[in-house]
Amino acid sequence: MSDGCGAPAQTAVSAQEDTNGQVVVAGKVTGGDGPVGGAYVRLLNADGEFTGEVQASAEGDFRFYAAPGTWTVRALHRTGNGEATVDAEGPGLHQVSIPVA
Amino acid sequence: MSREDVLVTTQWAEDNLNTPGVVFAEVDEDTTAYDGGHIPGAVKIDWKNELQDPVRRDFVDKAGFEALLSEKGIANDDLVVLYGGNNNWFAAYAYWYFKLYGHDKVKLLDGGRKKWELDGRELTTDEVKRERTNYTAREQNLSLRAFRDEVVDAINTKNLVDVRSPDEFSGKLLAPAHLPQESAQRAGHIPSAVNVPWSKAANEDGTFKSAEELKELYEEAGLDTAKPTIAYCRIGERSSHTWFALHELIGLEDVKNYDGSWTEYGSLVGVPIETGAK
Repeated sequence: MSDGCGAPAQTAVSAQEDTNGQVVVAGKVTGGDGPVGGAYVRLLNADGEFTGEVQASAEGDFRFYAAPGTWTVRALHRTGNGEATVDAEGPGLHQVSIPVA
Repeated sequence: MSREDVLVTTQWAEDNLNTPGVVFAEVDEDTTAYDGGHIPGAVKIDWKNELQDPVRRDFVDKAGFEALLSEKGIANDDLVVLYGGNNNWFAAYAYWYFKLYGHDKVKLLDGGRKKWELDGRELTTDEVKRERTNYTAREQNLSLRAFRDEVVDAINTKNLVDVRSPDEFSGKLLAPAHLPQESAQRAGHIPSAVNVPWSKAANEDGTFKSAEELKELYEEAGLDTAKPTIAYCRIGERSSHTWFALHELIGLEDVKNYDGSWTEYGSLVGVPIETGAK
């Protein structure tokens, strides 16, 4: 575990990943030519309130450890912004991809 | 105090990269960001390994701070412009820390590394070497720093601002949502604290909101601006961000950062804790 507040390195997920009972919202930021690296990815709750932010990896991967609920994931990149919603009803991996333009 | 006294824009920063007497410093917890590309000429400060005591839970002491800044090539009369990732959390922490040790000529880059990147401005991996200085710090200005006993005494008397996310405040989560939820502490918040997440003080691009917007935000949350205020979070860096908003941008006089924050308070034996939203 990290004892600070910096996010761990953002890595790709496998669909079979064991999330140890945690609610994981993860995915990729994509553009016209495939994955977009280094976007700022923000997790917003059902009321649109900011909950967390990570910087996607060079391959566009991001992940959040959330609580059950409906989340909006919003990506900011110098080439454009984009967002997507995901219903994370319970523990497990909830995948979402975010196109930016 | 005006915004220009404590913040610089990314444009100002780009225009002053080579200005003598101006030193840029990137402050992060994870310094791989700096190593992968930093603002040209900026030195690197490691939040954990350079600003924290390696053994005790505390800051490096005055002599340690002097040694660090001397080694980084920062002189007493330099204007230090701090920036970093995580919406300037650690840069704001370092800013507070510079003030604590009496370095007055310090500013934050508004929006930090995020804004710089979103602007598409240049990052470089060039090694930065600055000539060693002989930095002297002052004793810690404890009017900016709150300790646990003062925090317990502040319940129902001073403003306590919990700047963590609503789920951390209510006790549903023990850490921000981008971190694994592992922690040994009790969950919840300090009784009588209001919850104003740090993120409400910032725009989406990481820049700070205006002083007017900030004043309205905290007053609406129930902060009595006539009273002294103590800000806290989990480990003291998000609350540095809010301390900056309250003390440096709004200009409230008596604002302290409780750097022990929830990881200390939530582990104390016998202190009162509240759970649930407010």
